Amino acid sequence: MSNEDVLNPKEMPHEPEKATLEGKNKFIGFWFFLGGETVLFACLFGTYLALNGSTMGENTPEHLFGLELVFIMTMLLLTSSLTSVYAMYHMKNNDFGKMQLWLGITVVLGLGFLGCEIYEFYHYIHEYEFTFRSSAFGSAFYTLVGFHGGHVLFGLSWITALMIRNARRGLNLYNAPKFYIASLYWHFIDVVWVFIFTVVYLMGKVG
Amino acid sequence: MANHSKSPSQQMDFEKRQHKEEMKQQVISFVMMILFTIVAFSMVLLEVNSYFLIPTLIILAVVQVLFQLYYFMHMKNKGHDMVAMMMYGGISVAILTIITFTTIIWW
Repeated sequence: MSNEDVLNPKEMPHEPEKATLEGKNKFIGFWFFLGGETVLFACLFGTYLALNGSTMGENTPEHLFGLELVFIMTMLLLTSSLTSVYAMYHMKNNDFGKMQLWLGITVVLGLGFLGCEIYEFYHYIHEYEFTFRSSAFGSAFYTLVGFHGGHVLFGLSWITALMIRNARRGLNLYNAPKFYIASLYWHFIDVVWVFIFTVVYLMGKVG
Repeated sequence: MANHSKSPSQQMDFEKRQHKEEMKQQVISFVMMILFTIVAFSMVLLEVNSYFLIPTLIILAVVQVLFQLYYFMHMKNKGHDMVAMMMYGGISVAILTIITFTTIIWW
């Protein structure tokens, strides 16, 4: 069976994402990358924790943040994490149509999250005149949260590109690892967000 | 001699059941994660005034992330030893980095 053959249920290997050498390499290499991403975000978190007291006046974390929007964003991203789990469930059962459907739902939820974040930043900049250059806290906040937002944007483009590129190919051993890895990336984005809403927003509100 | 190997269709049914079982665990962990999130937000919104509030928030986050890593990202499954090494390596450096940035460096 060549890599390019569309899979049918009879030939489906147990774990299509790791059935080929290329898939195995992608899998292990991607986790290596995620270990590095952990350290990268730790640097941004460390910087934020060190600088969030240097506010230069009125715009403190306590004053700025509203937890309602953050709660909605958290629910959107957490749910999108589950929908991409559903997508991988259908990939393992070799149901390409349902996988595409659930990936589509994931993308829609991710776009909702991104929209909320853009609204949040817009709100801070125009209502509070709180920008990247306002204070050390401002720089650290926009760097950390914005970097995560950039990851969300990249993840959305990645998943959308995979969906469009493979729409007429169906599932095969060549693209199964690609889908699997994109979903791992999406989960990792949610992992980072859990720490952002805890460390930045909740702990910021506590003071 | 009896042949113990399964036929392809039996194997497929077995795998399908296994996937279903895994899916069930993932839905349960999703519910737990939602629950942890709600508890964390309500503790802050209700202004629970306690010395332990921040440590509790961090523990809730860590547990939620472990659910994400082990159930959603399948780290509990076989063949994830190298993965665990890389992630725990990354996490150790991450913890050291945060400790350094918040305590040792004079900003």
